[in-house]
Amino acid sequence: MADLEKGYQEWKENKLDKTVNNYGERKDEFTTGSNRPVKALYSPLDLEEIDYLDEINFPGQFPYTRGVYPTMYRSRLWTMRQYAGFGTAKETNERFRYLLDHGQTGLSVAFDLPTQIGYDSDHEMSKGEVGRVGVAIDTLADMETLFDQIPLDKVSTSMTINAPASVLLAMYIAVAEKQGVEKEKLSGTIQNDILKEYIARGTYIFPPEPSLRLITDIFEYCSKELPSWNTISISGYHIREAGSDAVQELAFTIADGIEYVESALSIGMDVDSFAPRLSFFFNGQMDFLEEVAKFRAARRLWAEIMKERFGAEKAKSCMLRFHTQTAGAALTAQQPQNNIIRVALQALAAVLGGTQSLHTNSFDEALGLPTEEAAKIALRTQHIIAEESGVADTIDPLAGSYYIESMTDDLVSEAREYLDEIEDLGGMAEAIKAGYVQREIQESAYQEQKAIENEEKIVVGVNKYKEDSKEIGDILKVDPGLEKDQCQQLNEIRSQRDSSDTEKHLNEIREAAINDDNLMYPILDAVRDYVSIGEICDVLREEFGEYEAKIF
Amino acid sequence: MSENIKVLIAKPGLDGHDRGAKVIARGLKEAGMEVVYTGLRQTTEQIVRAAIQEDVDVIGLSILSGAHSHLFPEIMKKLNDSGKDDVLVIAGGIIPDEDHDELKKLGINGIFKPGTPINEIVEFIHQELDVA
Amino acid sequence: MQIDVDKIFAGDERTVAQAISLVENSREDAFELLRKLYLKTDLAYLLGVTGPPGGGKSTLVEKIVARWVENGEKVAVIAIDPSSEFSGGALLGDRIRMGSIATHPDVFIRSMATRGYLGGLNPAIFDTVLVLSAAGYQRIVIETVGVGQNEIDIVSLADTTLVVTVPEAGDEIQSFKAGLMEAGDLFVLNKSDHATAHRMELILKQMIDLARSDNSDWKIPLVKTVATEEEGLDELIKHITAHKQFLHDSNLEVSNKKKVMKNHLIHLLEEGLRNKYIEPLLKESSFHASIDAVINREVDPYTKVSEWLNDFGKEDFDR
Repeated sequence: MADLEKGYQEWKENKLDKTVNNYGERKDEFTTGSNRPVKALYSPLDLEEIDYLDEINFPGQFPYTRGVYPTMYRSRLWTMRQYAGFGTAKETNERFRYLLDHGQTGLSVAFDLPTQIGYDSDHEMSKGEVGRVGVAIDTLADMETLFDQIPLDKVSTSMTINAPASVLLAMYIAVAEKQGVEKEKLSGTIQNDILKEYIARGTYIFPPEPSLRLITDIFEYCSKELPSWNTISISGYHIREAGSDAVQELAFTIADGIEYVESALSIGMDVDSFAPRLSFFFNGQMDFLEEVAKFRAARRLWAEIMKERFGAEKAKSCMLRFHTQTAGAALTAQQPQNNIIRVALQALAAVLGGTQSLHTNSFDEALGLPTEEAAKIALRTQHIIAEESGVADTIDPLAGSYYIESMTDDLVSEAREYLDEIEDLGGMAEAIKAGYVQREIQESAYQEQKAIENEEKIVVGVNKYKEDSKEIGDILKVDPGLEKDQCQQLNEIRSQRDSSDTEKHLNEIREAAINDDNLMYPILDAVRDYVSIGEICDVLREEFGEYEAKIF
Repeated sequence: MSENIKVLIAKPGLDGHDRGAKVIARGLKEAGMEVVYTGLRQTTEQIVRAAIQEDVDVIGLSILSGAHSHLFPEIMKKLNDSGKDDVLVIAGGIIPDEDHDELKKLGINGIFKPGTPINEIVEFIHQELDVA
Repeated sequence: MQIDVDKIFAGDERTVAQAISLVENSREDAFELLRKLYLKTDLAYLLGVTGPPGGGKSTLVEKIVARWVENGEKVAVIAIDPSSEFSGGALLGDRIRMGSIATHPDVFIRSMATRGYLGGLNPAIFDTVLVLSAAGYQRIVIETVGVGQNEIDIVSLADTTLVVTVPEAGDEIQSFKAGLMEAGDLFVLNKSDHATAHRMELILKQMIDLARSDNSDWKIPLVKTVATEEEGLDELIKHITAHKQFLHDSNLEVSNKKKVMKNHLIHLLEEGLRNKYIEPLLKESSFHASIDAVINREVDPYTKVSEWLNDFGKEDFDR
């Protein structure tokens, strides 16, 4: 090491500094997309403190820095799971089958806002929102249509649903029953991450305590009934989209995870009984190398925490498995085709970071819902990376890079600083109540905006290489008439079903809510008889109250 | 004088994405304006009432869910019915170009895409309110 | 702009809001209006609320207002936030915290920025109270944030002052300006379900005793609340009502009003003098030349000011 040190110093003085003096550097300061300093060069000297076996190790071995599985993509490529959903269940079902036919390997469902917030399509608050940002689901009938001709024992499904996740999960199970598929065979994920809703996404319904209770009810239910189901997708994606930097994304996501584990432990669950089915969801942003390091850091950090703090004994309890979505916030409305390149780079970083599944955004992201054409290109991006780039043919290929390894290590320490801060505040739920997390994110968001406006951060087409905007062809529009159709359908269902059954079910749900019984069971019974999501959530709203956001 | 420009930044409907609204609110404050941010899930009634009580000069509507086609006409109608038709209404978020003409006809004077720099919005407001 | 006085007395929200803007932005035009209102208006009961940030004041105010309107009162809230010293702008973030009462027909919420008013309290605040009183709001809450001189000045307008703090403000409490401890009629320890609440309670009690060693007949209560759960709310309302009654029964109500009006008259005078004499002077190039002269020691500042003071009111001063 001493020779190396000497060699480096000589190079720095004789070559680097001299050249910089003569030619200058492009910037006064080089920083990552998260404002972290970037040196001109990294070398073995930067890895002196890092122990390969302790901190990096081999894939499939604690702390899983190089990947959660021993063979990673050599055995199986990541799941190509494109988020889709709009309009009615019928239209979304068509898009699902289109994507599956075109080589998508898993489903990812986008629900409209009324569904996400537990309102039926005919609710006052639903006006104008039905079927806009995702598919409208009111009752099991919609769910059946959604998965028509899609065998639930063969396709895994991820549902982006949080506050009323129990209801949608119950509906999914009920559809499977009708298809003759046993619960045990069901494979998929529900996002079910309420904490980030309060911080960054806004589709909450109930206050934190009852929301956490709903989540642990799901953990418990699934540990008994749905062994292959991922009960939660602890998300950093939205935190990043809300404006946080990479360290905050990492830290706040892990902090949310810690809070969920604590919640489950506090109701007496054993950590190894639910931890293996926790999963994560990260953002794929533009600073290519920082993102790769971030994913690796996430795995290591979680593994260390699960072992040290929670004493997890099962290997699977310490494995951070994650889905990635390429960053929507990085895409531009200006010169939208540039977004194809952006998404390709972001996706590549996720693959080099060892993601288990991946969604690539369509290039018209900043303009509206994806057209079929745009959605196809997004999917092809993954195909080309998988089949033509060669990066999937060896595991964690960027490992050993002096920059990547030292940055991975740095991100772990930097994230831990935030985690300590949050501990001091009493944990993530308290930190959110105090507004700490929101303020951190807002500050980062504002600084980023300033940096773009000052041209410290360049966004091609926005503050450099600008062009007069030209219209790009079509964007997808949702037929406003569908709202009426959806409401009509809902009315028909209501008139056809047995209203005393509905009453009975709602009462059972109320009882369970009051008596602290697991709500999954009465909710499942209710959805089988076509009780609607709004009806179920209204009862819960009465018992649990509604969350009112108070923090600016 | 910018100090006297009062702005309401509102998020109508169920859309929970407030990064832009908050960044703009802060940006307008740093440009010397007085900004009231309504928070999420505002009904049209809440927005109009706030605009009236706060006697704002500008209303900025932020929406990314596509529900603008329904919500904006409702808001504009309520504003006109309550006699608060002298306020500058601007919007931002995900609002497709093809909807702009309709919205301008309603009286929404400026629609800003993602990526719009804050000072472009500030200048627009100054211009429309005829302020130095 | 012409404001219809009758509409104000009738409580027309739009007119009231415009009148408040006038009061904030065009002081001289506002006087026209205020003149017409004053003699016909009984000023509302004013509740001042302040305390360190994060204390849950807005939640508490929301709950208090909700109770009052339940009892048939018309209530207004003036929520004051600081203007930025750099830009002059402000983020008025209290309204967002009162979501559930903001839609009530008998509630009027107005956010105001301090506007970095030089020399004490912005007289526009009192004048806003006058407008709202004329419009029929019998109870007005003035809410501000902070524990410094500005806030003391703001709550000095109030009949009853609530100082709201929380256990987490632990060390910050040392920074409470002494004047605030003297100004508070009721102290509230919110989020009192917190682990360190008891300790904070003791500290507060001590500070209250120290600050109020006078012989006032009003025993200052410390009420523990958990605003979000409405715990302690009934007790707090009782104390507020009791204080209102106390003011009425003792002669304090009258002497307080005199004090407030005296201050308001002084502020209006100061404002008038500044507008009439000082602002024009500041615009003169001779003023800036004078600064140079003083710096260069051609003249001392005291002599300079005497000259100006002498000139004020003289005919030839109005150039």
